[in-house]
Amino acid sequence: MAITLRVNRQAHTVDCAPNTLLVDVLREKLRLTGTHVGCDTSQCGACTVHVDGRSVKSCTMLAVEAADAEITTIEGLASSADGSSGRSGLADGGNLHPMQAAFQECHGLQCGFCTPGMVMSATDLCRRNPKPTEHEVRHWLEGNLCRCTGYHNIVKAVLAGAEAMGGKAK
Amino acid sequence: MSAQGFGASVRRKEDRRFLLGKGQYTDDITLPHQSYAVFVRSPHAHANLGAIDAAKAKAVPGVLAVLTGADVAAAGLGGIPCGWAVKSKDGSSMVEPPHPALAQGAVRHVGDPVAMVIADSKTAARAAAALVDVDYQVQPVAASITAATAADAPLVWPDAKGNVCFDWHLGDPASTDAAFAKAKHVVEIELTNSRVAPNAMEPRAAIGHYDAANDHTTLYTTSQNPHLIRLLMGAFTLKVPEHKLRVVAPDVGGGFGSKIYHYAEELLVAWASRVVGRPVKWTSDRMEAFVSDAHGRDHISKAQLALDANGKFLGLRVATLANIGAYLSTFAPAIPTYLYATLLSGPYDFPAIYAEVKAIFTHTVAVDAYRGAGRPEATYLLERLVDKAARQLGIDRIELRRKNLIRTDQFPYQTQVALAYDIGNYQATLDMALASIDHAGYDKRKQATEAKGKLRGFGISTYIEACGIAPSALVGALGARAGLYEAATVRVHPTGSVSVFTGTHSHGQGHETTFAQIISEKLGVPVENVEVVHGDTDRIPFGMGTYGSRSAAVGGSAIVKAIDKIVEKGKKIAAHLLEASAADVEFVDGKYRVVGTDRAKAFGEVAFAAYVPHNYPIETVEPGLEENAFYDPKNFTFPGGTHLVEVEVDPETGVVEIAEVAIADDVGVVINPMIVDGQAHGGLAQGIGQALLEEAVYDADGQLVNGSYLNYVMPRAADLPFFKVGNHVTACTHNPLGIKGVGETGAIGVPPAVINAVIDALAPLGVTDISMPATPEKVWRAIQAAKKGA
Repeated sequence: MAITLRVNRQAHTVDCAPNTLLVDVLREKLRLTGTHVGCDTSQCGACTVHVDGRSVKSCTMLAVEAADAEITTIEGLASSADGSSGRSGLADGGNLHPMQAAFQECHGLQCGFCTPGMVMSATDLCRRNPKPTEHEVRHWLEGNLCRCTGYHNIVKAVLAGAEAMGGKAK
Repeated sequence: MSAQGFGASVRRKEDRRFLLGKGQYTDDITLPHQSYAVFVRSPHAHANLGAIDAAKAKAVPGVLAVLTGADVAAAGLGGIPCGWAVKSKDGSSMVEPPHPALAQGAVRHVGDPVAMVIADSKTAARAAAALVDVDYQVQPVAASITAATAADAPLVWPDAKGNVCFDWHLGDPASTDAAFAKAKHVVEIELTNSRVAPNAMEPRAAIGHYDAANDHTTLYTTSQNPHLIRLLMGAFTLKVPEHKLRVVAPDVGGGFGSKIYHYAEELLVAWASRVVGRPVKWTSDRMEAFVSDAHGRDHISKAQLALDANGKFLGLRVATLANIGAYLSTFAPAIPTYLYATLLSGPYDFPAIYAEVKAIFTHTVAVDAYRGAGRPEATYLLERLVDKAARQLGIDRIELRRKNLIRTDQFPYQTQVALAYDIGNYQATLDMALASIDHAGYDKRKQATEAKGKLRGFGISTYIEACGIAPSALVGALGARAGLYEAATVRVHPTGSVSVFTGTHSHGQGHETTFAQIISEKLGVPVENVEVVHGDTDRIPFGMGTYGSRSAAVGGSAIVKAIDKIVEKGKKIAAHLLEASAADVEFVDGKYRVVGTDRAKAFGEVAFAAYVPHNYPIETVEPGLEENAFYDPKNFTFPGGTHLVEVEVDPETGVVEIAEVAIADDVGVVINPMIVDGQAHGGLAQGIGQALLEEAVYDADGQLVNGSYLNYVMPRAADLPFFKVGNHVTACTHNPLGIKGVGETGAIGVPPAVINAVIDALAPLGVTDISMPATPEKVWRAIQAAKKGA
């Protein structure tokens, strides 16, 4: 069946079976391979994207469910509404979203595999809660697994990213 | 030398592509006309294979081929080889069973691959795989060390009597017996080191592409060491010459050891591409990864510590049974032997040690290196035993350690288990960690915890490890079937920018930044002008890859050797340009200068002259500025330190919370403190995970009962605190960078500190032992049992 998806502010019409997962359309049909698959039980969160602004595990949603929604993947984050460059206030922000810049500044990534999901999840947190505490960040990230960083610098990055996005951390 | 040189926390060059979603991992690669492979894997831990009926599977639209062990045999593919041969006490060779890429005659663990289905789409391949009809004749199972060593246990391999792969030893039994004979105290312990699954976040994947026109194969694979894979495939499994095989390990999402080994799937996609005439891609599911990636640890040990009246260690006896799985993975025999028993002296002065290790075949997936690989097992054993001795003798745990730590004036220190430590300062790291955790304020924190109705415990581990593996001649004598040097090429481009080609592989360690900093430090070139290339056998001359915390110590040293050659050649060119003798030219701060004058040429000018040799010593110096180097280590390196943990235990629920973690490591010279600390954080999380949460559990039938992320529990952000990480540097004495290595320290030092802290918290209730993982249920049961016993 043909479905139309709006991804990173562009409309795409793709042909796929009704049982196709959103993540498979993003990766296989649209070649947006920044969204990763790290498990098969909706636990790891590497596939997290924004659907109408809210973080969603794209391995847990059918592509047809996302028709008519506004989807943002890691590739489109820097050019999203709050992602314009130069707003991060952090070194080497360049054209990264402030949260992406914070992850680089705080060494919040190592192998990079969980990173897109972490960044998408963290961005959603900070849009909802501009001044999260360390405790709130750690519990919000419950749905995102990282095996490299021990979360130490991820948590620091999210707190710094929150500040850069406009909130002042509590 | 430069602001981006050693000691600078340069932000990582590689981060940008990862943060923008532009990393390129193996599964992100799509080749034209690519087909998809799905494996049929055994649901039984042990079965004889009858007929395999693939008729229904082949009838599924889009299916290109269904391949089985018979096809593998007919094609003449070699079995998956083992890279390390260990000899038993009696001089006999280890039992080295065959390991066909697809099972032939029998399956020996759940997940053993039986057939490979290749189709136009993953969906079709999956549907067809479910229709392959395999006649499994189920056989008795031995899925644990205990089951496999029982009388009349089912045999995994007929040649391995009692399921023993090898029965090995190290140290001197006579001097150890003598030490025990004169001991005032003997302390005994029996413990397990739990089995864990590595779980790099990126599942394994591989794409084989056979180009018939050029008779050339390319393999993309999630590997920590592409050259080693090419070596093993070229020589043993695919059997093609190296120049006909390119192995690419692009961005790789974590490894922790599990991506070192040559896995059957790598061979199979490369071969199958020939069979179907199209590229073949396989990507592991997570549940598939649990039953096909090599696991780690899984020891049962008994140990005895002999002490004199003053608490000085006199001797150590250790007997370990190590689960090695059903097949021998690439480095498996080395892990419970040369990377375990050699570490049993720890940071302590031991006059006598004797260790015996039996490797046991079981009907489980292979066990091989996982972050730390043997060294966490040694550290856990020793540090649990030392704590027990302190309690038994009524000596403070810190003081007992201080009494026995090797003193700084004892280096170089020859242990009783083969290793010679070059340098360290274990007292300094102990003091640093105690200050960092504010040990003096512990009683106050304990009172605060108790005021909440909880128990607080303090745990300590003083540890050492051996990294920078390793001198080739030495490991060759110990059974390694490869050298363990590292290779590098440094190419200076005409305008002075630099490409570094390294045989190591970065899968999270940040080599693209750290190695650029070596260039910056030594040549004065900004890191922005340095590109670090890794992971492609067509671009890099050779390499042995990344594991055992070896990349900076061994791979970095190879880069330094290449840089030294560049500098020397540049001197000759600069001398010509400066009309001076090369002996009078020095290279300082990125400039060649005639000693004692202000006459100088910038490095970039010399590079340009090398490529535009108009005014050039062409009779004696070749144009160009590029050098290769191979570096073979002179010794292992010996990082060490102290890891301290404080826990809070809820006696009502058994829940253990990590309240404080403070560590002081000595990893040698630090290039990038931000990256070094990050490596420590990650290791700590994995070590704490093993201590409190993780365990790969097989039932008696050989089923992995928690083989998914729904029930294999890894640390999440809320399970961990911020870590206090410190470094006290003593520079390694035998490599040019003074580096020891940091990749594994966290996972090695911290597990016994956690368990020692839990036991300390529960000691007032009468609990004396708890095994990993210290889950709430286990802690609660220990508390209840102690109450009943009291």
